[in-house]
Amino acid sequence: MTSAPTVDHAWSRVSPRYVWAELVDWVLTGLVTTALTALFWFFGTWWAYGITVVVGLAFVVVCALTPRRVRAIGYQLREDDLLVRRGILHLRVVAVPYGRMQLVDLNRGPVVRALGLSDLKLVTAAASSSVAVPGLPLAEAEGLRDRLVELAEARRAGL
Amino acid sequence: MSDPAGWGPPAPEGRPEPGRAEPGGAEQVGAEPRDPEQGRAGQAVATRDAPVAAPAAGLTDGEWHRLHPATPLLKGGIALVVLLGIVLNNARELLVESFLPGAGRDRDPDGDLVAALVDSGWLWAVVGGVAAVLLVMVALFWVSWRLHTFRVTAEVVEVRSGVLFRRERRAPLDRIQGVNVQRPFLARLFGAAKLQVSQAGDDANVDLAYLRSAAADDLRREVLRRAGGAQQAAQDRASGRRPARPGLGGLIEQRAAEFTAPDLDPDEAPPESVVSLPLGRLVGSVVLSGTTLFIVAAVVAVGISVAVTGQWVLAVALLPAVLGSSGFYLSRVSKSLRFSLASTRDGIRLGYGLLSTTNETLPPGRIHSVKVSQPLLWRPFGWWEVTINRASRSSAKGADGQANTSLLPVGDEADVRRVLELVLPELVGVAAADARLVEAAEGGAPADAGARADDAAPGDGADRAGAAAPPDAGAPADPATPADTGAPADAAAPADAATPVLGGHSLPGLVEGAGAPALAADPSALAAVADERDRLADEQAERTLSLVHDALGSSGAEGGFTTSPRRAAVLRWASWRRNGFRTAPGAVLLRTGAVWRTLVVVPLPRVQSVAFDQGPLLRRLRLARVRVHTVQGPITADIGAIDEDDARGFFEDVSRLAVEAARADRTHRWLERASGREEEGR
Repeated sequence: MTSAPTVDHAWSRVSPRYVWAELVDWVLTGLVTTALTALFWFFGTWWAYGITVVVGLAFVVVCALTPRRVRAIGYQLREDDLLVRRGILHLRVVAVPYGRMQLVDLNRGPVVRALGLSDLKLVTAAASSSVAVPGLPLAEAEGLRDRLVELAEARRAGL
Repeated sequence: MSDPAGWGPPAPEGRPEPGRAEPGGAEQVGAEPRDPEQGRAGQAVATRDAPVAAPAAGLTDGEWHRLHPATPLLKGGIALVVLLGIVLNNARELLVESFLPGAGRDRDPDGDLVAALVDSGWLWAVVGGVAAVLLVMVALFWVSWRLHTFRVTAEVVEVRSGVLFRRERRAPLDRIQGVNVQRPFLARLFGAAKLQVSQAGDDANVDLAYLRSAAADDLRREVLRRAGGAQQAAQDRASGRRPARPGLGGLIEQRAAEFTAPDLDPDEAPPESVVSLPLGRLVGSVVLSGTTLFIVAAVVAVGISVAVTGQWVLAVALLPAVLGSSGFYLSRVSKSLRFSLASTRDGIRLGYGLLSTTNETLPPGRIHSVKVSQPLLWRPFGWWEVTINRASRSSAKGADGQANTSLLPVGDEADVRRVLELVLPELVGVAAADARLVEAAEGGAPADAGARADDAAPGDGADRAGAAAPPDAGAPADPATPADTGAPADAAAPADAATPVLGGHSLPGLVEGAGAPALAADPSALAAVADERDRLADEQAERTLSLVHDALGSSGAEGGFTTSPRRAAVLRWASWRRNGFRTAPGAVLLRTGAVWRTLVVVPLPRVQSVAFDQGPLLRRLRLARVRVHTVQGPITADIGAIDEDDARGFFEDVSRLAVEAARADRTHRWLERASGREEEGR
């Protein structure tokens, strides 16, 4: 993929099962939002139904694109930093030097846990740079976390 | 409740042995209540020999100490004074009468509360009640003062406070982000000061309010010294403070001296600031700020409305704007009065305020990004403003309500250069150091050059090696050293006044990346320095570049910037020629804005992470955005609408350079290098 800043093909992908977690999220959000637009029906005009249809369709498109979006999530352990990328339409790549990590979080929501996955999140001193690698198999996530903590410890830098 | 001692154990460790009271006139004078207003709090205090606010040798011995005895009064007890004042004012005529019988015979009994009380015979009950309330309040304040203790050990500063809700805060010294000494007006009258040790995080400060003024200075020096990791120094100097004359005369003299003294510790800082802020420029800058534009727009809008509708009532809408803006103007001006910025061994010292003063020390490497910006109306005058991002965020403001993120309220290009020299000596200081070396070479005599290099070497070495350590204070007899990073360079460029010709000296290191290798700090490497210097001097003659000059007002590839391509004009219709970035030794530079010009400088060792960003629109234009993440603050370092290949390269460069810089960074313990070098020199 040419859009990645690095030409390396060493991106580690997240588990394909994570698609289901994303789908559950989006389907629920979509249903609730679409249901809320039903309130416009009280106006009784044609565009009130139109809104509902458009919103519903938008969520269907988002859901349909979910597998691609999940495939676009990747991370790379480089020598001195962790590279995380996500997004197809809106590409975002973040490089976090190991020495800058302040803490590593492992989160497991109900859906993610049912799939045997785990979300990993990194926090640095900069609020804007918090990056997440969602949907990792539990064992991999724990291994990655331990590895990151180890690397951060070895390259500890101040603020 | 009336017996404070029964309220709880008043921090037994905090109670010192009475025999260990500090010698010296200042301390003994200080233990007595000194002002009439203070008498009330002071009396309660003076009953015991509390070890209050001694010179630093006493405060940093690792034992628990108490704060200034007037602390309750200064912190909140002012209300008491006001209350007393109101009562006294009301009872004034009565008092006059009691001393001068017959003077107030013709008073009107109906209009005077006190007179009415006297007439009704309830006077003594009321006076007794007020006195009882006052006594209870004083007792409570006294208890809270007794329980508020602090200590400074080799590793931490620790504060314990609170009566019902105990609160202990321990801050490791090697993590400090800054030390702030504030002197609100009233505290200044009392000769007290507030010491604030800032840590990274929201409101993660350790406040020591209040301390004796001199003690606060000493404590600041000692805290910084320990935080800096110096092995051995300054102890003897700390004790060398001139003792004040005992007695009332001595006290007044000392207080007057403290009040009028510049807020820079004379041992540590050169008395002169590197920038000066003439009142005219200050007022002009405030008047020409964006707020004025807003007000003018509002006036025009209201004027049109009035003209159209004929309703003069609409003009009332301007009233809040006028009131608000005048307050804003006044506070903007007053908070920048007596502004000073100086380089000390322990970093940058920033002072401001006329009546209430704030004096902040930012150790090296505690500034996470710098923004040099120019509001539109400032452009004809060539004024700039410098703000910074810091890791410590405080919801409380400094004296006069200034958020502590401003490094230079207003200054011309030469000022900006001097400020950047202090903040990023590895970046801009190259020019100054080189100019100084050239000057040393032209001095001719080898002995002379050697002597200069002896003085200059620590500073230069630090500049080159990327540590923001100002010249070592191991040579305190050389007051010029910290300040003259700028001075010789200025001498080299004679026309450095209103229209600074900064191109006079170049930044060879900057121009060729890491071209200037880290010079050995050891003065014995002088020969190598001399060779290097000749080469640099040649290059300087060729490249008349100056970072500041070429980054502030420039556009296009000038100054070594990579700018947006022409197709980015859709998104940056005015500024695509200027919108650019570059890396330099020790920093990343982002230059944006053609109308509101801005230059953001992020020191490489402070970069937390880098992001590459490309949305659908940017993708279509083959553009991208790069963000350099630093700690939260008023500055966001990002540059949009850059060619995607350039952006990718920049992203890779910054992430690589940031790792290298962080690895080489030693500002965390900024004095360790200095003292190590000192030993080498011996």
